[in-house]
Amino acid sequence: MLNRKLLAAAIGVGALLAATGFARADEAYIPLISKGFQHQFWQAVKAGAEQAAKEQNVKITFEGPETEAMVDKQIDMLSAALAKKPNALGFAALDSKAAIPLLKKAQSEKIPVIAFDSGVDSDIPLTTCATDNLAAAALAADKLAAAIGDSGEVAVIVHDQTSRTGIDRRDGFVNEIKTKHPKIKIVDIQYGGGDHLKSAEIAKTMIQAHPNLKGIFGANEGSAEGAAIGVKESGKKLVLVGYDSGKEQKEDINSGLMLGAITQNPVGIGKCVVESAVKALKGEKLPKKVDTGFYWYDKSNMSDPKIAAVLYD
Amino acid sequence: MTMRSAALAEGGRVSGFRARVFGPTALQKLLAFASLILLLAFFGFASPAFLEIDNILGILQATAVDGVLAIASTFVIITGGIDLSVGTLMTFTAVICGVFLTYWHMPMAVGVVAAIATGGICGSISGTLIAKMRIPPFIATLGMMMLLKGLSLVISADKPIYFNDTENFYMISQDSLIGYVLPSVPVPNAVLILFLLAIAGSIVLNRTALGRYTFALGSNEEAVRLSGVNVDRWKIAIYGLGGAICGVAGLLIASRLNSAQPALGQGYELEAIAAVVIGGTSLSGGSGTILGTIIGAFIMSVLTNGLRIMSVAQEWQIVVTGLIIILAVYADILRRKKA
Repeated sequence: MLNRKLLAAAIGVGALLAATGFARADEAYIPLISKGFQHQFWQAVKAGAEQAAKEQNVKITFEGPETEAMVDKQIDMLSAALAKKPNALGFAALDSKAAIPLLKKAQSEKIPVIAFDSGVDSDIPLTTCATDNLAAAALAADKLAAAIGDSGEVAVIVHDQTSRTGIDRRDGFVNEIKTKHPKIKIVDIQYGGGDHLKSAEIAKTMIQAHPNLKGIFGANEGSAEGAAIGVKESGKKLVLVGYDSGKEQKEDINSGLMLGAITQNPVGIGKCVVESAVKALKGEKLPKKVDTGFYWYDKSNMSDPKIAAVLYD
Repeated sequence: MTMRSAALAEGGRVSGFRARVFGPTALQKLLAFASLILLLAFFGFASPAFLEIDNILGILQATAVDGVLAIASTFVIITGGIDLSVGTLMTFTAVICGVFLTYWHMPMAVGVVAAIATGGICGSISGTLIAKMRIPPFIATLGMMMLLKGLSLVISADKPIYFNDTENFYMISQDSLIGYVLPSVPVPNAVLILFLLAIAGSIVLNRTALGRYTFALGSNEEAVRLSGVNVDRWKIAIYGLGGAICGVAGLLIASRLNSAQPALGQGYELEAIAAVVIGGTSLSGGSGTILGTIIGAFIMSVLTNGLRIMSVAQEWQIVVTGLIIILAVYADILRRKKA
């Protein structure tokens, strides 16, 4: 009796898998290994990749570990993806160094690798589809400058001083102010780890220390939302400019507490990976980097379908 | 005198208990093993890529760390306890190893000893909280889980510690001693260590006093206590042993990634517990085998890999894994009812 039940269950599960699993042999297969899959940002990347796969007539899969800490699980995913003898591979490394042996294997098997989001510290990927954070932060600087009349004191809250995105967003903002807006003075740059509360304390201290402060740039979701909390608690009127998207940030923009923010284009990142992979398979030459674009959004354009599509909670 | 005879009776009961359980346990092993073969056959038919040597090596590699953690959990679960801290303890030992090797430039052997010793000490602390302070295992090890996770982040300043200065550190996991003898099957050392540890664990569990008391505590702790045995001491020793085994897992994962990743670890305890339970060890304690646990760990990793190879959507992979765990444990319950 037991055996029959087990057998029935096994057949059931098997049928389920068979129905979902088999790939058509004539399509090129391109697995994407991302840094995550549950977060809205990654779901948007996946949606873009699926859209491009349909257009290009290729088959893709999209996988990522449950948290961005699970470096070893991502390596297992990469290893399983390579075992499937894919035609090309998309990869957003959690830790580039840990993935090098497998990427070398892909290279030796002539599987083109397309990096995305943060890139990979190696020359194996043919191209990297990512946001040009320097240019995006420069746009944030221009918007902030325009809102404060192109003169006065501003401050910056960054998530950290070591990650690529932290460094690029800080430098992009600072350089734009220095070269294009000489009457604006950056009085302080602080790091809050992307933590809401810590960034809020930093913002309040900045406002205390610099009574003439006119604006703050928060370089990621946590920094921007934290700055908004700090400004609200201090009771002062300041121009806030943020980065990325999020429920609170969207509400702050709607309520007028925040002027607006830069959003990346995760859908565009997903599309770029698949399109670049297809180009590589056709033997076309690829640029070293592809800027997948970014958008400025504020109260006026948040409900624009093009913008709404790249915003997430 | 009566104490002594009670202890003898208990000892007799324990070995009798083992003999009594051996039949069904063997059946359980067979059942779990049959499921594993069935899975292998199914995925083998479904995808030609699945049974290729590279993929099999990939599965073995993916099982090593989870399997070692599952061995650690088996000891604790047989006592009727639970250890939720195995994942973050693994990470903590990896970070400590990084401190010794990368921060302090000590020789590799010192780092290896430090990782295992740290694991043993932390496990013993959990055991002490449970045995001496009477904190329930679930809560004591939940506390340890969070405490160790925080300490790993503090010590490493939230950043991975790379082992670039210790040239041969990667070899612990990634080199292949078997490959020197049989170049066509370069089974990574991590897998060799898993199997050696499984054999050693089985011997400890079935042939030593520690193993006997592990079973005895799980089937009737009060009887063991009444027979004059120092229950607390054995309990601390068992949690300590589990911790030391987590230290081995810490070395394996650090060597594989060539870095100690401080934020990693949470969630691994549940995979370890799932492997133990699929392998036929009862969560209520008193019975279980290391072999079953190893088979359980392989069922988990074969399933994960096979579903990936078949390109099943990730959301459905999680659903299927959940179903298989429930199915495996239900089969076990049906078998017990019959036995």
